[in-house]
Amino acid sequence: MSFDAPAIDYAALSPVIALTAGLVAIVLAAVLDPIKRFGPVLALIALATTAGLLIWQWNADADLVSGALRLDGLAVTLSLLTIVAAAVAVLLAIGDPAETQAGRSDWLALLMGSVLGMVILAQATSMLTFFVGLELLSIPLYALCGTNLRRRESLESGLKYLIVGSVGSATLLYGLAMIYGASGATEFQAIADGLRAGDGMLSDSLTLAGVGLIAVGLAFKVSIAPFHQWTPDVYQGAPTPVTSFMAVATKAAAFAVFIRFFLVALGPLADQWDVMLAALAALSIVVGNVGALAQTSLKRMLGYSGIAQAGYMLAGIVTATQAGVDALVFYLAAYVAMNVAAFAVVVIRERQTGFSDDISTLRGLGRDKPALAWPLTISMLALAGLPPTAGFVGKLYLIEALVDTDWTWLAVMIAVGTMISLGYYLRVVAALWMGPARDEEEEGEAIDTASLPPQIAGAAVADPFADEGADRRWYLLAPAVLAAAAAIFFGVIPQPLVEFAQHAGNALSVWVS
Amino acid sequence: MLSSIIWTPIVFGLIGLLVPRRFAAWVATFGAVITLGLAIGVLAGFDPDGGMQYVTDVTWISGLGVDYSLGIDGVSIFLVLLTAVAWIPAIAFSALRGVERPGLYYFMLAAGETATLGAFLAQDLLLFVLFFDLMIVPFYFLFGIWGRDRGGDDDPAGSPGRGSVTVQSATLKMIVFTLIGSLLMLVGAIAAAVISADGGELTFSIQAIVARGLPDGSQNWIFWFFAVAFLVKMPAFPLHGWMPDAYRAAPLPALAVFSAVLSKVGAYGFLRVVLPMMPDAAELFQATMLVLAIASIVYGSIMAFTKTDLRLVLGFSSVAQLGFITAGIFAFELTGAEGAVLQMVNHGLVVVPAFLIVALIAERTGSEELGPMGGLAKRAPVFAVIFLIVAMATLAIPASANFIGEFYILNGLFQVDAAWAIVASVGVALAAFYALRMYQLTMHNPLPDGADSREISLRDALVLIPMVGIVVVLAFCPQLIVHGSESAVESSVAVVREVAK
Repeated sequence: MSFDAPAIDYAALSPVIALTAGLVAIVLAAVLDPIKRFGPVLALIALATTAGLLIWQWNADADLVSGALRLDGLAVTLSLLTIVAAAVAVLLAIGDPAETQAGRSDWLALLMGSVLGMVILAQATSMLTFFVGLELLSIPLYALCGTNLRRRESLESGLKYLIVGSVGSATLLYGLAMIYGASGATEFQAIADGLRAGDGMLSDSLTLAGVGLIAVGLAFKVSIAPFHQWTPDVYQGAPTPVTSFMAVATKAAAFAVFIRFFLVALGPLADQWDVMLAALAALSIVVGNVGALAQTSLKRMLGYSGIAQAGYMLAGIVTATQAGVDALVFYLAAYVAMNVAAFAVVVIRERQTGFSDDISTLRGLGRDKPALAWPLTISMLALAGLPPTAGFVGKLYLIEALVDTDWTWLAVMIAVGTMISLGYYLRVVAALWMGPARDEEEEGEAIDTASLPPQIAGAAVADPFADEGADRRWYLLAPAVLAAAAAIFFGVIPQPLVEFAQHAGNALSVWVS
Repeated sequence: MLSSIIWTPIVFGLIGLLVPRRFAAWVATFGAVITLGLAIGVLAGFDPDGGMQYVTDVTWISGLGVDYSLGIDGVSIFLVLLTAVAWIPAIAFSALRGVERPGLYYFMLAAGETATLGAFLAQDLLLFVLFFDLMIVPFYFLFGIWGRDRGGDDDPAGSPGRGSVTVQSATLKMIVFTLIGSLLMLVGAIAAAVISADGGELTFSIQAIVARGLPDGSQNWIFWFFAVAFLVKMPAFPLHGWMPDAYRAAPLPALAVFSAVLSKVGAYGFLRVVLPMMPDAAELFQATMLVLAIASIVYGSIMAFTKTDLRLVLGFSSVAQLGFITAGIFAFELTGAEGAVLQMVNHGLVVVPAFLIVALIAERTGSEELGPMGGLAKRAPVFAVIFLIVAMATLAIPASANFIGEFYILNGLFQVDAAWAIVASVGVALAAFYALRMYQLTMHNPLPDGADSREISLRDALVLIPMVGIVVVLAFCPQLIVHGSESAVESSVAVVREVAK
């Protein structure tokens, strides 16, 4: 009797291994004082290595760990996006109170843990890895939101995210259990086969309830209305580097599994869920855009704008075609660039103005600090979908996929949402370029201590983290400038990004047309 | 060749950002002159009966079927020339006065020229939509950064008691109105390509979509998605709501090119895209469009007659003129459409000096209001003559090219139904009222206190006289444009006439 040891495809697993090794190294380095302060360098090296390994595995198409994970175009591309977002968060966090107060290594370890969860989630092809990845992504994030220990809003946002996130996870888990009950399988492909084979399972109420609960659970994670209420509060309260990471990377990873689960496992049910997801997308577009109109805090505004953008991206799944997935991934990549540019500028302005992210702190920046004003302007124009930016091409891609599959009304919704969105994106641009410059008097107002709770007011007066020269720190400015440049570059020469997106879509060619 | 026309302005604009501030204006002027030279070069090798020429066609986004496809025909060549001509005085006029943050200002102006030229030359529907959207962005910044709040207490030049306008609200209104139109147009453009492809290979080439044709039912809604975008841009009644505020807040040199050229892109879009691509819908909605056009003529003329702010007089007169142009196009007669093309060029050529004259008047009287003005002609005969020519051209006095243009348009309308032509001709009469009123109240009458009647300076004259010279030359030989555009215009309207039979 012979026994074959299971073949382990180390090459395809290497990104996950590298990331885990990086996480362990950071935790270990924490105890060694001399190298402790090189934590960010260590994190960047780990992320760069992982990115390198992912690119090495660019053409991989492998089922791993007995079908629990799958490294393919979709996983590679979306993992790369989360890693870019994580690297930006590491840079933006240098010198941030959150990172310092929470202990640098701990903060970085939490971040790396979350990234690991995302990379696993992007590869998940089984309900078990799906859920494990999602929790590994979420739990460190709950903690990260609360790492600005001296700000009440930060702690509040951590708690709020924990509660809402847990509800989302529980809903999702419940839905997964129902689908398991209906199909008798945990792997995505087997679920699809099980649903097809089962008698009447495709229209069974158990199945449909499961689908609904899973959609709700995922909607919580990517902040789709009406499951979005946590988003503005958490975005505003969390330390900005974390917000930036959360806004971008969580969406990329959660959309990866959203695509895979709905198109592969629930592919046979596409006719049932497409209308439901279309309704959610349309609602998100309206709620996000209208909600953002009234905001004065830049971070809250970006939160609402993220809800609307999630609605646009969800429309890509509604089409249930490869073109829709391509469009979604393209938009997601553009979204990374646009948001990174915006959040990096917010981080810089926060440090210069005593942690105020009010839109009024931007007044006159176009005249005084063009290096900050331009990236934010480009980001806003790109989010509003104006040419020549990647945001325009992204919308074009999505609308084309929608019209091609007779979802023209949803395409019109995207156009209508974009019109509403001009109202708030251009308010930022107007503040940057068209208002009078801020004067000293108002500078004092921005950190008006009377209106703040006492423990914060004390911090604001002599804030050790306030940094007048923040706009000259390369590690803060570089992400802003590079991301804005990318948003323009891929608007003028979109072909490379189109191929990137098609690489993701091709991975699903077996399952969708 | 066409690519170099499009990209030359913005390249010089970028150089202007890099050179020291005092050279920025001259780099931009130089760029505009070179662009005009290139445009004239194209004209020299242009064959009026040759159809689409100088074609460039490169794949841009292969996954989406979008091509970087350019070409020029009898309609676009004159609009390209108009664009290239109009930008020079606007830039030079700013250069003589100096502006804040010159690098950025000239970059934005140049970007506007690039986008406008792109819209006139694009032969790919999506490229057209892209340039159409792109046009508004630099003007949003130009109006927003260099515009002024109007009607406030500290604004002597504004219109006291007419409601104040802030730059921010005016520019926001403008860009929202414009983009409401153009985003729907984006959906319409994609729908047109997808529906016409009918499962085959997707392409946005305008000619290919025209050749494949669209089913009647789809044409009807896609028609409105395009029409709204174009009518807002013109602007046409009742979609002109953004115009008064934006015109009052804008800096005059930028407003001059905005009013002269950008409004024409809408009218051009009807000829280039709407008529050939959606002939059934155009035929079906002919009456609606003519009603809108004639409403624009009457409403614009009356408003121009009642307003006292010079910018608004010119703004509403543009609404009326664009109404004429739309009416000419939707007559679906060769003469009407030829008149429309001629009138697009005429109006553009007249409006640029008109707005610059407003700036000169404001320098002399400190106001842009007709009320407290007068007598400027007293010591400034040359200035008065320049203004008189512009005013006469605006009211389409016989022997001006505008007269020929309006005559052609009315002739075209008459062939559809005499009633249309009769109502439209009211506009011609009203034009005489507002143009002469504007001239009289500024130039004649006693000179009010504090106003300074001084002759136009040599440098300003050098900026204005060439424009006015072109207006005069065109009055003698409008057939240059009428004949040059004939075959291209014919191919657009023939499609609709074919359907109508």
